[in-house]
Amino acid sequence: MVRTVWHGGTLMTSVLSEPALASPPRREIVDRRSLGDRIFRKGVTLGALTAFIVLSLIASLLFFRGFQIFSAFGLDFITTSTWEDVDGTVENAKFGVAAMLVGSIVVATIAMAVAFPFVVSSALFLEFYVPHKLKAVLVAILDLMAAIPSIIYGLWGYLVLMPLASGWAASINNYLGWFPIFGVDFDNFEASPFVSGLVLALMVLPIAMSVTREVYSRAPLDQIQAAYALGGSRWGAIRTVVIPFGRSGLVGGMLLGMGRALGETVAVLLTLNLVFEVKFQILASAGGSVASLIASRFGEASPLELKALMAAGLVLFLLTLIVNFGASTIVARAERRVK
Amino acid sequence: MTNIEVKIPERQRPWINRGASVRELVVPVAIAAVVAAAINLLTGLAGALGFYFAFVLSYAVVAWFTGRRHDKVKGIDKLATAFITLGFATAFIPWASILFTVVRRGWPTIYGGYFTTDMRVTAADDDLAMGGLSHALVGTVLMLLVASVISIPLGILTAAYITEIRGKLSGFVRIMVQSMSGVPSIVAGLFIYATVVSRFKFSGLAGALALSILMLPTIARTAEEVLKLVPEEIRSASYALGASQMATTFRIILPAARSGLVTASMLGVARVAGETAPLILTSFYSAVFSLKMIGEPIGSLPMYTYQNFGVGTETALTRAWGGALVLMVLILILFSTARLLSGRGQK
Repeated sequence: MVRTVWHGGTLMTSVLSEPALASPPRREIVDRRSLGDRIFRKGVTLGALTAFIVLSLIASLLFFRGFQIFSAFGLDFITTSTWEDVDGTVENAKFGVAAMLVGSIVVATIAMAVAFPFVVSSALFLEFYVPHKLKAVLVAILDLMAAIPSIIYGLWGYLVLMPLASGWAASINNYLGWFPIFGVDFDNFEASPFVSGLVLALMVLPIAMSVTREVYSRAPLDQIQAAYALGGSRWGAIRTVVIPFGRSGLVGGMLLGMGRALGETVAVLLTLNLVFEVKFQILASAGGSVASLIASRFGEASPLELKALMAAGLVLFLLTLIVNFGASTIVARAERRVK
Repeated sequence: MTNIEVKIPERQRPWINRGASVRELVVPVAIAAVVAAAINLLTGLAGALGFYFAFVLSYAVVAWFTGRRHDKVKGIDKLATAFITLGFATAFIPWASILFTVVRRGWPTIYGGYFTTDMRVTAADDDLAMGGLSHALVGTVLMLLVASVISIPLGILTAAYITEIRGKLSGFVRIMVQSMSGVPSIVAGLFIYATVVSRFKFSGLAGALALSILMLPTIARTAEEVLKLVPEEIRSASYALGASQMATTFRIILPAARSGLVTASMLGVARVAGETAPLILTSFYSAVFSLKMIGEPIGSLPMYTYQNFGVGTETALTRAWGGALVLMVLILILFSTARLLSGRGQK
């Protein structure tokens, strides 16, 4: 029975006690997992944390191994570019990775600049131009290209591409040499950042392209149909719908490729002449790369130089981590927006 | 009561080109090729690169005029099509060149004994009818096996955490896997060098550890995609029958995704099979056939190629290409197996 009364201006409703109905006893709901499951969940969680554990181990170990170098040289390790190990003592040695760091970035930037038009056009081609049956085959081939080992790219880059590309470099220098970055001090165009950049462009293309294509494929169909309905052509729909929609995916894909390019070792080692001097002449036969520095100096390094290489490894690790993190954040945001 | 069937028409993708005639495709290319050849012979745009630029230019012009016959919009559309197609085709030229060069330059090294002998008595410069890469092949296979044993379970566990446990750390784990996939291979090598090699010398085991670091993220990410494809109803049905989560995962979900998980593992293996940089620092190179994974360097296909490239004479370079060819075939086999296994049910 429900009785409603006015009390002090407020509407009060009170439920009067009623004779209890015979109801079944409440069953206790158990939401505790069984022991086996709890162990299972802990185990899987532990396994899933492998990636985190490995990453922190890499960072801390490289830091501790390189600590002597960081404490002895401080910021000079990043800002100077002399690499001298006289007698294995810190007092006489000089280590700085500026040239290598700048070189890495220069080579990766060239690679991305060269790859960019091809990334966009290939992604568009595969998504909007290629006949449906051919698409699966082409995508499979591209996946395979992404798996070609860097040593093969390096071999091909050195023995096949370099003779051609140094000729191209010579003619670029001939016509555009007045522009500072295309100038050279000596007429040697082999093993230049330009050549390495071309090889890297080829290597990062499949990765950058598959990310971009993935985002392009999610372009809103309604809007594309609307563009066509308004009398637009295929290019019109792409220009007004697909490209604006896929912009952040494209940036993310390019950054992901850049991360790959920064960390590439062997292909660069084979096609680039490492010189410890900060230079922006991309056609000249002198450049730098942190990853290749480690691989090339490793064999004959003294214990001290080894520590310097560990420190350089940490710098490279952090650089690629930042680039990759930025890339995956952008891609994730682009993909979330669609869902 | 009658059942009313509602048919929702499939949404049209207006860009899909129905029946573009061959003539439409071939004629502009032929015209452009002829014009480009003429330009190439008569003007300063000589050589292969000159022909390429002449071709791009004349193809664009031809495309523009084929469209312009109708109206300007069509003209621009055709022009865009020309550039996009050419961009894609251009990207394929170097890859075709790589495949072609590897086969052509590597072929002379292949003979019966190439897979059964090693380089212990043969110098890099000796005749190609002597020596082989059995040591490198076995080293690569052994390291890949050990790396798989480490990485495949961990990779699948990582994926299972995200799709089955769905704990609070899912986002974090995904970010970590993503970051790990960006670790430069040389850094992975440096890490194993600092932890393992500096104490226990170069060894195949150290190489396998470095490879497993690089392999894990590929497997984890692909496996996650695969496990996501297992329908939610199957999980619910299993729980409704009173199965524990462990039983559901190990006896229902993972078997259901079996072929996909094999694909994920194969892709992971294929991705690291050709890694060179970490091996320079971990397994190093030995020219002697050996199955020992601990205490001494071991050969591998990428290091065999790298080593012979370093020698640099004509015969040694041919051997390097031979190593590259075998490596490429190995990766091709792994890759096509992975593709075949995942063939059904995926895009």
